Amino acid sequence: MNDIAVQQVFSDDDELQARDSAESIREHIVEIVSDSGEGAQKCGQTFGIVGARMGNGVWTVEIIPAEIQPPARTPDGASGIRIRLGEELMTNMGNEANLVVAFNEQVLRARIASGAYNSKTIVLLDNMWASDESEDIRTEYSEALAEFTDYGLEVHELPIQEECLKIVPDPRKGKNMFVLGMLSHIYSRDADKALDEITKIFARKSEKIISTNHELFKAGYLFAKENIEHHFEIVGKAQTDKSMVVMSGNQAVGLGVMASGMEIVAMYPITPATSASHYLADDFHRVGGFVHQAEDEIAAIGFAIGASYAGKTACTITSGPGIALKTEMISLAAMAEIPLVIVNVQRGGPSTGLPTKVEQGDLLATLFGAPGDSPKVILAAATISDCFHFVALSRKLAESFRIPVILLTDANLATGVQPFERPDVTCDWFSAPVDQSSWDESVLAYDWDEETGLSARPIPGMRNGEYVLTGLAHNRNAKIAYDTTSNQEGCDMRSRKLAALGRTLNVPEIHGDPEGDLLVVGWGSTLGTIEEATDVARENGHKVSSLHLRFLSPMEPGLEEIFKRFKKVMTIEINYSDDPKAPLITDENRRYAQLAQVLRAHTLVDIDCWSVVSGHPLQPGNISRVIIDHVTEIEGGK
Amino acid sequence: MFGLKSDWSLDTNDRYFTLDDYAGAEPRWCTGCGDLGILATIHRVCREAQILPEKIVSVSGIGCSSRLPHYMHTYGFHGLHGRALPVACGVKSRRPDLDVWVATGDGDCFSIGAAHWVHALRYNMDMTILVFDNGIYGLTKKQTSPTTPEEYQTNTHPGGAILPPLNPLTVSLGVTNVSFVAQMVDWNPPLLYETIKAAHDHKGTSFVRIIQRCPVYMEQMNLDMMDDPANLLLLKHENGILVPEGVDRLFENQIEHDPMNLANAMAVAADESKMPVGLLYRNPDALCYDELSNAGLDMIDEEKLAGVNDALDSFTI
Repeated sequence: MNDIAVQQVFSDDDELQARDSAESIREHIVEIVSDSGEGAQKCGQTFGIVGARMGNGVWTVEIIPAEIQPPARTPDGASGIRIRLGEELMTNMGNEANLVVAFNEQVLRARIASGAYNSKTIVLLDNMWASDESEDIRTEYSEALAEFTDYGLEVHELPIQEECLKIVPDPRKGKNMFVLGMLSHIYSRDADKALDEITKIFARKSEKIISTNHELFKAGYLFAKENIEHHFEIVGKAQTDKSMVVMSGNQAVGLGVMASGMEIVAMYPITPATSASHYLADDFHRVGGFVHQAEDEIAAIGFAIGASYAGKTACTITSGPGIALKTEMISLAAMAEIPLVIVNVQRGGPSTGLPTKVEQGDLLATLFGAPGDSPKVILAAATISDCFHFVALSRKLAESFRIPVILLTDANLATGVQPFERPDVTCDWFSAPVDQSSWDESVLAYDWDEETGLSARPIPGMRNGEYVLTGLAHNRNAKIAYDTTSNQEGCDMRSRKLAALGRTLNVPEIHGDPEGDLLVVGWGSTLGTIEEATDVARENGHKVSSLHLRFLSPMEPGLEEIFKRFKKVMTIEINYSDDPKAPLITDENRRYAQLAQVLRAHTLVDIDCWSVVSGHPLQPGNISRVIIDHVTEIEGGK
Repeated sequence: MFGLKSDWSLDTNDRYFTLDDYAGAEPRWCTGCGDLGILATIHRVCREAQILPEKIVSVSGIGCSSRLPHYMHTYGFHGLHGRALPVACGVKSRRPDLDVWVATGDGDCFSIGAAHWVHALRYNMDMTILVFDNGIYGLTKKQTSPTTPEEYQTNTHPGGAILPPLNPLTVSLGVTNVSFVAQMVDWNPPLLYETIKAAHDHKGTSFVRIIQRCPVYMEQMNLDMMDDPANLLLLKHENGILVPEGVDRLFENQIEHDPMNLANAMAVAADESKMPVGLLYRNPDALCYDELSNAGLDMIDEEKLAGVNDALDSFTI
């Protein structure tokens, strides 16, 4: 490709022409799938960011194999990314993909098996395997292609490898940018913005690498223009005049830590939480913070508790198995009233479970997983914006209520990328400097207020405030107390703090009408999916509303009143529950999904549930069917 | 930080602290317990150094030894079994002005907390670790600990402990970046004082294993050593623990040992025919992790705000 051609393609006139011939659509779901290490995710993230910069609604979710280097060309090794790109705000991954770029046919088979595509899905497949020197591979390729045709996919075999070889000797590194170029033409993207993002990606690399990747992008763009008939336009209408940021949930957690004024994050590597700490390792120094990689999960929370005790409220970031290990320390923080922020990026369980996949399986473990009564605040982020704001909120709650705060996010939020309004951080967000004034000697270390359970906290260094914190039962004076009244009083006071916090919360808002046949209750990352599915059911004439909880301890107020206005209430969750139709399962022994269990106990309303532990995020298509099935049953019973 | 000089004592000559100022609640250890002497020695070291009581944080785990914070009139953190060291490291991470002491035992440090022991030595944050090693679980009533002598009968091994005891000195010396390893016995107050003082003066993590009598569950182990000082080996050196005049007459076995020599320290530690007392190893130049974790401590809010905004800029579209 010569420079003149590039100039022509990217001149204003040509781009305008390209737009004219494009088919206007409201939204599309695009996937890029490859073997691990071929850069599909980077390609998709960049495609998403360009969309966000063009004012589109964007939701991206990564397709991650569990192994670092799974065998090449196997369904298990499918790695990649899904981007849902629309005119308006996108809040979830959507249903079947409209268009997929596949680097080989085997990874495509894995995605078909997981129901990611339907008969209308357009497939752009690298045809390099058709002429592979191995006869086995050639056979696999032709067999798979026959499978795809049977399935009804619209497959275009394209010489992606061949075209990339004209620019780079090993297209394993670089093919992704060629594909980005292709997609940019297909979806009428602003090529300058894409080139700009490519420059950012390789900012730390040499000029040569940047220019090679630019060249690959341009080649892909030209190739699509000349060879691919599909050409769409998705106008960005989600853009407001407000400044927007775009990031993953884990990056949002990291930035939230920085904006909260916390200075210590103590962690131990665990998927899918670790990337939050990776981000902080890069940027925490900007606010004078430090990431401590501890020797294990227990040491990580111990270190954070030590820093908190000494006056610098700290944060530890982990996932389910890490929470299990930290349980004793969380209980100590509750007992000794040490402010602390714990972020749990939930993954599939039980045990080591599904490390890279999503589940909302830790609600009960965080609520109750501790010896004795260990009250703590539990928040669940529903959006990527929440991941940011809730960390800052958690730090404030932890200090105001002298209590550990657990923020639940999940693998879906962790790797999902979505634009949100740029937060307006001010110095008020930061924690106050460590108080080193003298302590009033007449005030005890746990001078509990009878009504709220709250008390002020002496910080090491405060003269006359010396006390010994202990995880043993203790009285207001922090002295070990085995008598018959002290432990009761301590438990009363620590629990009362939750009641006090609960009094400050608002009754949650209902999505849809305030009364009807069915109320769907959710929590965490399923917000967008549940609301979209509820809307579909409502459009079909059903009286369905939904409610999403963000405070899980203390529980948001007014729930019983709300529930009573509906004929039926059910939760939809990503965790285990018995299928009521399964063998041996009766109304008596049926085990409910986690939020359902809590809400049933909390409100005495006979709440039903639907839940699944497939490891996949919920999709609005499936969920609207679940909702319609349930509401139809109620309607039939009228 | 907070306008305080690290050498704060220059500004506080109007306060003088006596032993009583460091003494907390009445100790509840058994009569004849070696912990009582260790506690009194810590009070003396604090008094001699005139440390501000409010700047001391004594951190402990669980066990007889770990009751120590309650007996100090300072800030204290009596946490979880085995987990004193991570907490102590966290306390020190952003508070270089605090004087951190750790009281732990052979079960707390060498068994349930063994991972933290190894890593705390490697972090080498400025703190003093005193391991009260009586070779037995006392608080839970006579179970085998990692340092229980072989064949010693316990409630978990009524036929006698089945494994040879762990050698905490060779383990400690084997940790990369370890900077201070000493061993002492609780029944020699002048030497114990000099040992704890040297440990406290050392910048970095000072690890002191104190062989400590448990008259209730482990009388025999230490009686042999007390009755016959020939079982002990005094380590002497001009860079080692100061041996007060006359004290060395108690030791019939003495060697000159340069604490800068790690290979010799390892050899002394590995020779289990005699119990070495004194400073085995000291490296004043080892990297201190707290100097890294303290980075950015002086940043003011306006700088932080600029930092947050710079970070947000890189995500702004």
